[in-house]
Amino acid sequence: MRHALSETWSGLRRNLGITIAVVMTMWVSLSLFGAGLIAAQQVNLLKDEWYDKIEVSVYLCTSKLQGANCDPGQDATEEQKAQIRDAIEKNTAEVQQVFYESKAEAYAQFQDVFKDSPIKDSLTVDEMQDSYRVKLVDPQKYQNLEAQLATMPGVQKTVDLHEILDPVFKWLAALQWGTIGLSVVLLLAASLQIATTIRMATFTRGREIGIMRLVGASNFYIMGPFLLESLIAGLIGAVFASGTIVGAVYFIIMRNAQVSLEAFRWIGWPETIVSVISVFVVAILLSIVPTVISARRYLRV
Amino acid sequence: MIKFEEVSRIYDGQTRAALANVSIEVDKGEFVFLVGGSGSGKSTLLKLILREFRPTTGRIYVAGKDVAALPERKIPALRREIGMVSQDFRLLPGKTVFENVAFALQVIGKPRSLIRKVVPDTLEMVGLGDKTDRRPDELSGGEQQRVAIARAFVNHPKILLADEPTGNLDPDTSVGIMKLLDRINRSETTVMMATHDWAMVDQMRKRVVELDGGHVVRDQARGIYGARV
Repeated sequence: MRHALSETWSGLRRNLGITIAVVMTMWVSLSLFGAGLIAAQQVNLLKDEWYDKIEVSVYLCTSKLQGANCDPGQDATEEQKAQIRDAIEKNTAEVQQVFYESKAEAYAQFQDVFKDSPIKDSLTVDEMQDSYRVKLVDPQKYQNLEAQLATMPGVQKTVDLHEILDPVFKWLAALQWGTIGLSVVLLLAASLQIATTIRMATFTRGREIGIMRLVGASNFYIMGPFLLESLIAGLIGAVFASGTIVGAVYFIIMRNAQVSLEAFRWIGWPETIVSVISVFVVAILLSIVPTVISARRYLRV
Repeated sequence: MIKFEEVSRIYDGQTRAALANVSIEVDKGEFVFLVGGSGSGKSTLLKLILREFRPTTGRIYVAGKDVAALPERKIPALRREIGMVSQDFRLLPGKTVFENVAFALQVIGKPRSLIRKVVPDTLEMVGLGDKTDRRPDELSGGEQQRVAIARAFVNHPKILLADEPTGNLDPDTSVGIMKLLDRINRSETTVMMATHDWAMVDQMRKRVVELDGGHVVRDQARGIYGARV
């Protein structure tokens, strides 16, 4: 053990430059990797939250807003409204609740939402639409009902939040996979650096290793210092990356985003811990695996 | 102690066997000279004993172990039973004489108390008791070879292999090294020595195994270098 530690220490000192390079590459790549995981968890959180609130809105025809199922130039008739309501309420398996929102109510809400904005006066009551707001039992199962309602006479159009949210989440997913992909490239570079370092070290210590093999030192004894050396470099990189991730979560999310955008749910320490643990697991694997492969190749007995 | 049963070894990418159908048996405590020209297979034979590679065909037993079938993780245990001395000494230039010999015990995990006791005794035996703090570049060739022998013998292996140990030394120095190996042999250690040094072989009158082109062409109990039977 004493031997392994002193050899590791002298190895780290001898290869100080390359060790720092490994630590820095590990730091940046693991930070990206951790950030990707944090982003993924945040997106899932938002998805759960938003998709849970999804309702289907069924807008009815007005003389000004016409669709394929409207009587030309006419508002939806009372009879059509009743049929639509029946169709929704019959569907007890999927529908939890249904509200009717009249033009006047829609206008009042519009006025309320934009009360401090010039947009407030851009629409009149007659430009608003009557609509049914349908709350679903399972917000993920909206397609059936929507398809059924979309073709009924008197329905101008149906809208659900998926149409708006899906592209947003698609972009977020692309961003988060991009980050993780980039980190994988860098992590690959880090492991190649480690493999090369070990290879160089086995050459500089070739004579010593030759004697160790000749007198019957165990493989683990010969490999131990190399393993420890890369493990230490990897762990230092992981510690720095964890610091970066924790700092980013604290300063960007907890102190800023969470304060200014209270309406959203934000990730907290549990998600951060998951990400930090993953960073450490990856760091340990990425330092040990290339070392063992490289050492097995160059320390052949 | 060492037994070869119809052993052949063909190196990768070569058609001619470096060692062809060799069968020899060396008893415990024997001294064997391995003679033959360059490329006759002497080094290959020694390396097979150390399990630096496996034989292409045949079986090898060393210290009771079936070497060809030995799994890789058991190779270190085999090598702890064997001491190896080579022509180029292979000392660590940054370490003192004492440290060079102690190194062989350190790396197989022997306690420091034992190392402090055994290393000086061994250095005394090889005649370097007064030079323990020197570095290899401060020693003559003969002295460096004595350090190498001390390192090979310090763990009291059952077998000592020597690959042309006097190849780089002048005749007088070689005699000293030869006497040392003879002394080690008398302490029940099996010694196998590959050499070109015919004068030495003739003088010692030990068993001689001669190789030529990978074949054993002579195995003589009290042989001399040149004569073929």
